[in-house]
Amino acid sequence: MSADETGLTFLDRPNSYIGRSVPRPNARRLLQGRGIYVDDLKLPRMAHVAFLRSPYPHARIRGIDTAAAKAAPGVFAVVTGAEMARVCTPWVGVLGHFKGLKSAPQYPLAIDRACWAGEAICAVVAASRAEAEDAVALLAADLEELPAAVEMERALDPDETVIHPDLGDNLAFERLLDVGEVDAAFRDAAVVVEETFQVGRHTGVCLEPRAILADWDAGEEKLTVHHSFQAPHMMQDILCKHLGLPEASVRVVCKDVGGSFGIKVHIYPDEMATVALSLMLKRPVKFVADRLESFTSDIHARDHRVKGRMAFAADGTILAAEIDDLTGIGPYSVYPRTSAVEANQVVNLVGGPYRHRNYRARARVVFQNKTPMCQYRAVGHPIAVMVTEGLVDLGAARLDIDPVEIRRRNVIPDDAHPSTAASGIRFEQLSHQAALARLVEMMDYPALRAEQAALRARGIHRGIGLATFVEITNPSAAFYGVGGARISSQDGCTLRLNPQGGVVAAIGVTEQGQGTEAIVAQVVATAVGVPMEQVRVVTGDTDATPYGGGTWASRGAGIGGEAAWQAGKALRQNVLVVAGAILQADPASLDLRGGRVVDAATGTERMPLAELGRIAYFRPDTLPPGLQPEFVVTRHYVPKDYPFAFTNGVQAAWVEVDPDTGFVRLLRHWCVEDCGTVLNPQLVDEQIRGGIVQGIGAALFEECRYDRTGQFLNATMADYLVPMAAEMPDIAVAHVVSPTLSSEIGAKGAGEAGTAGAPAAVINAINDALRPLGARVTSQPASPEVILRALGRV
Amino acid sequence: MTGGDRQVFNNRTINKNAAPLNGDRARIQGEDTRKVKAPDFAYERPESLDQVFDLLERHGDEARILAGGQSLLATLNMRLSSPGLLVDIGRVPGLAGVARAGQTIRIGAMTRHCDLAAAPPVQAHLPLLARAVPHIAHPAIRNRGTIGGSVALADPAAELPACCLAMGATMVLASRGGERRVAAADFFQGLFRTVLEPHELLAAIEVPVPPAGSVAGFDELARRHGDYAIVGLAAQGVPAGAGWQGLALAFFGADDRPVLATAAAAVLAEGGGIAAAQAALDRDLDPPGDLNGDPATKRHLARVLLGRVVGAMAEGR
Repeated sequence: MSADETGLTFLDRPNSYIGRSVPRPNARRLLQGRGIYVDDLKLPRMAHVAFLRSPYPHARIRGIDTAAAKAAPGVFAVVTGAEMARVCTPWVGVLGHFKGLKSAPQYPLAIDRACWAGEAICAVVAASRAEAEDAVALLAADLEELPAAVEMERALDPDETVIHPDLGDNLAFERLLDVGEVDAAFRDAAVVVEETFQVGRHTGVCLEPRAILADWDAGEEKLTVHHSFQAPHMMQDILCKHLGLPEASVRVVCKDVGGSFGIKVHIYPDEMATVALSLMLKRPVKFVADRLESFTSDIHARDHRVKGRMAFAADGTILAAEIDDLTGIGPYSVYPRTSAVEANQVVNLVGGPYRHRNYRARARVVFQNKTPMCQYRAVGHPIAVMVTEGLVDLGAARLDIDPVEIRRRNVIPDDAHPSTAASGIRFEQLSHQAALARLVEMMDYPALRAEQAALRARGIHRGIGLATFVEITNPSAAFYGVGGARISSQDGCTLRLNPQGGVVAAIGVTEQGQGTEAIVAQVVATAVGVPMEQVRVVTGDTDATPYGGGTWASRGAGIGGEAAWQAGKALRQNVLVVAGAILQADPASLDLRGGRVVDAATGTERMPLAELGRIAYFRPDTLPPGLQPEFVVTRHYVPKDYPFAFTNGVQAAWVEVDPDTGFVRLLRHWCVEDCGTVLNPQLVDEQIRGGIVQGIGAALFEECRYDRTGQFLNATMADYLVPMAAEMPDIAVAHVVSPTLSSEIGAKGAGEAGTAGAPAAVINAINDALRPLGARVTSQPASPEVILRALGRV
Repeated sequence: MTGGDRQVFNNRTINKNAAPLNGDRARIQGEDTRKVKAPDFAYERPESLDQVFDLLERHGDEARILAGGQSLLATLNMRLSSPGLLVDIGRVPGLAGVARAGQTIRIGAMTRHCDLAAAPPVQAHLPLLARAVPHIAHPAIRNRGTIGGSVALADPAAELPACCLAMGATMVLASRGGERRVAAADFFQGLFRTVLEPHELLAAIEVPVPPAGSVAGFDELARRHGDYAIVGLAAQGVPAGAGWQGLALAFFGADDRPVLATAAAAVLAEGGGIAAAQAALDRDLDPPGDLNGDPATKRHLARVLLGRVVGAMAEGR
């Protein structure tokens, strides 16, 4: 954050909307049910597609008899994998900067082999979804069930089925890291702790399922794709590549999106198939995943087993850490981001908050016949934080040091930045010490410990769990671009001043329900100097917005917001030049505030913006010769100083464990985090709270359960337990503000901090409660059965 | 929760006059009105019991009774079942409501969960039901779901079948030939199986008014409020010194049907104490494992519930 040419910082702008919880401009529309989601769209001649999906985790497709389905009422077409491969080319989910990462070509519909239960193997297009489903039931697929590789622990065994024989084995990727003198540190340590952590496979569960409506207009040779998605420009680029279309022929529109969490930023075979079908049939084709399809074909996440150990000096100083991570990603590395990123993040993030210089890590990513796994909210973070914070708590207990105190002694000090963690990740400015101090004060830690002790005496087992974390936000091209993925890390914002003083802002970041459009409107209104009601924000349309990356890795506010700020400043400057000419004043002596041109020094109104607009647009003849108003401006932004703008924070959970039933009651939860400049406190706090709830889901409830043969056991909302309001604790949120100097607005991301830290806080709290009983849980979700087993009760 | 866990609305193929089962799609005008997801079915909404019996006799196994729809419509929409005809009994007079006649309280099969808990005879005499109803799913489902639907579905993890067992209820099965009465203990035959014949309708549930001094106990362990219980217990009995008279312990979520724990109840009746009853419970229960726990976990949790529920009953809570 820096002072601009007027001497004012971002926060000092008169009439600033920054730092205020102003209502979201789209809230009323959404609350009135006026949102437009993909399934709300109905186009003339629109058809619906339903898919036959493999019932087997691994099967050879000997043939599919389509005759009865083709003859069924309402059916327009039945298309197999081989037929579709003539229209849409396959893809391989690898990236250049993940050396050795391998995967197999993936097709929109499986051709010879299905590799997970739920993979689409044939498509039926009909006049209605119901007719398409009726016809799917008439498809006779001759499938030969093949041995399946299911358990990730067995994926690399010599006798295990190799899913893609051409690849040689089931090892998709391996990363090794060895920094400092790890062996010496462990040898010289006063205490070494060791643990194996299991983090279960779970998924995103969006309220609005994946949905796509593709409309190929053969006359105009234009493909318009309405998509519930996070990255419209990326989708446009990929559609061009795999369908052989020029860029100008493809438009991707992402209007309202009912939640995404990283689920809707990947290339899904059934969605590519839907677009290809529109090309083949020359009519609009819609696909909306039902809940069963969502569970079995949306990407899953996590599914890690991490062996970790940590070395401590007698005073609690962390000397070294070592981890061995194993993760199963399903049968394909997902395109185009790949499925190696989560394991890579685990390697990068373990030990991230702390000062130790010795670190060794191995991560192995293996194929298995389960639903593909890829990036979901807080990629890698909750695993790394669980491992790190679990080991820190073990060390604290062994050394009889209070959990707050051991963290205080080990975090990278606030005045030591810029700094680098043992894994090599670089921090511009973090605030662990301040955040920890604020947390202790918020939760009244000493009083809570006293309460815990008093209750223990009465047989009530409560625990406090802490989790310090760092969070990756505002990614530069280092994330994907350097690896060859055509995923934009830069974003642009175009502003247009209209004659009445209204401003239209078109921007590449997208709205998923999280409030991006509100943030952009706040920044633009502040930067230009107009009332927020005068700003209309356009997102999610490749024909209408500057090129950009969309929404992922907590980049909307930090990157999109900075582009909007720069564009707003430029537009204001252009307006003031024209105002100066009209008012015969030095533009530098003028400012734009609240939709009025004012004298900068006194604030006295000189001219309403609408009058300036009238002159510029309708009476330009009265302007001085040579003065051409430029009331459309575009500015772009990409972070360059650092690969990522790391944020930091700390969470605490207060829980009660019933040792007879293994049930956990969540009593309170606290989070202090530092996302730099807080643009809209309410939106940031709700991002944190929502993220914490998703993290609690992982800690206690959510898991994609498979049997030993690879069948998904709980693919319904009755059996897959998402966290519900009744079980959630009150969540208190506070902030430390360390703006990034990489941008003028100084905002970093806040979308993943909650999910990053919550599981570790909750699990550590459970273990704190169980400590007097000599029990400890290390696997998530910590179901009642897991806790009862830890207690030896069953 | 009861068999009904999902609130599902579905506007397909609603046509009172369509000849059922003829395979002809009864279409409502407009392309998109035939929404996903249920397979085609015919629908009838008879207005008398005679019409219900006509339909049941004519269509046999192909017909399914639609009561509150909280379980059936979900199974249709997931295409787990595909009956040819749904017989909606929502307009048949006399099937809803709770009334006392002498020492019996008659609960109409179409009595919805929300009305059941609020009915004065239930409030006055059947505290077990009043305690159980708030555990059934969520308000939206309790507003639609019915006791008859829950009991006839016979989901082994549902609350009301176990309550019927604990209260010694009698199921009133109506057919063209009249009514027959079946004790709850004989009614439930296994996973989603009862003695109901295809031509029969569960018309009512008759519950004896508990004797003076009777106390009720109810609790269940569910991962989230409103979920199917991992295991639950509905209990009723009269304290008698250190023991009990007429004690019934009905566990749910512990087998393929609600189960009366007779061995444990016998121990308690004799004043044998909770620990001994918990030990005896192993003879009563042989729970299969499921997603929420293996048999050992379920046995353990059943013992814990027994201690808590009976302990609370003994203390008059």
